[in-house]
Amino acid sequence: MPSLARHTLFIAVPLLALFAILPGVYNNHLLLFNFVIFLILAQGVNIIYGFTGYLPFGYVGFFGAGAYGFAIMVMHFQSPAPLAVVVAGLVGVALGLLLAPLLRLTGAYFAIANLAAALAVLHFVANPALESITKGPYGVALNGTFNPTMAYNGALIILALTLGIVVFLRNSSFGLALQAVREDAFSASMAGVNVLKMRMIAWLASALVAGFAGGVFAWYVSVFYPDNVFSADFSIFAIVFALFGGVATITGPIVGVVILYGIYNLIGFTTPQYFQLIYGLLIIGLVLFLPAGLVSLATRRGWYVP
Amino acid sequence: MSPDAVPILKVNDLLKRFGGFHALDGLTFHVSPGEILGLVGPNGSGKTTAINVISGLYAPDRGDVVFDGVSVGGMASHKLVHRGINRTFQIPKPFLSLTVRENIAVALAYGRAEVTPPSTAELLVDFHLDAVADRPASELNSAQQKMLDLVRALATRPRLLLLDELAAGLNPTELDWIAGRIKTLAKSGMAIIVVEHLMGFIEQITDRVIVMNAGKEIFEGTLAVAVKVPEVIEVFLGGEHAA
Repeated sequence: MPSLARHTLFIAVPLLALFAILPGVYNNHLLLFNFVIFLILAQGVNIIYGFTGYLPFGYVGFFGAGAYGFAIMVMHFQSPAPLAVVVAGLVGVALGLLLAPLLRLTGAYFAIANLAAALAVLHFVANPALESITKGPYGVALNGTFNPTMAYNGALIILALTLGIVVFLRNSSFGLALQAVREDAFSASMAGVNVLKMRMIAWLASALVAGFAGGVFAWYVSVFYPDNVFSADFSIFAIVFALFGGVATITGPIVGVVILYGIYNLIGFTTPQYFQLIYGLLIIGLVLFLPAGLVSLATRRGWYVP
Repeated sequence: MSPDAVPILKVNDLLKRFGGFHALDGLTFHVSPGEILGLVGPNGSGKTTAINVISGLYAPDRGDVVFDGVSVGGMASHKLVHRGINRTFQIPKPFLSLTVRENIAVALAYGRAEVTPPSTAELLVDFHLDAVADRPASELNSAQQKMLDLVRALATRPRLLLLDELAAGLNPTELDWIAGRIKTLAKSGMAIIVVEHLMGFIEQITDRVIVMNAGKEIFEGTLAVAVKVPEVIEVFLGGEHAA
């Protein structure tokens, strides 16, 4: 069986099936929904960071822009929710195009510029002068679309799309070429790779999935403020989850979300007073001992990690 | 090689400045299919800059690069690769986290070779990389990384190949072996430009050399003649040896 089919059948499908069944047996649906959102965002970070090396510290910008794209479609155009989610993805892509010049930067410069860009989008949306369009800092309350079950299913569809993109990248010469660009851009161009085009495609794909995720998030919660959907926590969590598991793989970010977000909630429920201490120690340990993520425990031994 | 062959590459009056420094200052030369041309000269004479301009890393500030009848000066590197130009790097730049096989796969998939390129298996065997085919490039020694760099270039089936100090750091056995491989490539019709400091190696493989100094050509001909020209001796050894 070709590895593309194997990865789809043995990783993507079981994960989706699990999250499709869980709401029937586990009552905390919001927690399950958040798991799905972070699986999408961590894989979105994987697409841009794992495969091209750009660390998107302002990744939440696409998510928040998507959430507001959804809200504006519903508030001003009485759009049905699924259409508004599609628009949310497109808003993410539009913001990606607008921020494309940032790809000229590399390393920490890109990360900081991207963080600044996300803050700029937040303050643009939260500007009281735009109250008639975005409700400014007062937040939105969406009527008529509230349907957590449907929003959850929508999130699963977007997770399926995102996993599809990552499975494709892991199993195609396109994904290899992206990694070649990450390793050495000039050398990649000497393999015939159009470096600018490849970076752009990965950037927009990761913006698209984050925009979609923001859309379904807005659909699920229906009431939110700019600070909620542009919270830096989304960027940081998505990056930490992806790095903890190991990027440029399919399984790494999944493992990262399941373990770290699992622990996060476990500590949050049981011993919230120690939460930041335990979480901080975990992350320091990761950076010190496993900079390439948990999957490197296997790859160091020469094992293949899908 | 036929000396009357139509040149595949013509470099005309090339100027490349870095600030006030003229790395190339009116460089003009040509190379024909099947020919191995050596670019020699002291450090800083502009050899690598010439390679970098021809392979698209820098756009020339003046002058032109004509490849196969088309002006390609300043064209994006990947387009030059698709037209049939490729190169190796002085310090090899393989894709370190990818395996040797994956390194080659990228070039095979994106090189758009007009003629069917050699298969991965052939390339691996021909350049002694078969034993490490599934190891990440980061685990190769420097000679193997150089070979991988060369294989990455060959996978795009270039008609003009630029070799930037491929021989540096190879042992005598490896040198003999790679000299043979380069000659075989030239016999197949590939034009090859070799930048090298090892004069024995240059003498062994080149048909003709261009001696460069301060971004200009100061001599063109065979190496055997070059070493008797006072101006050439002067730039390599300093003025007092020239007499």
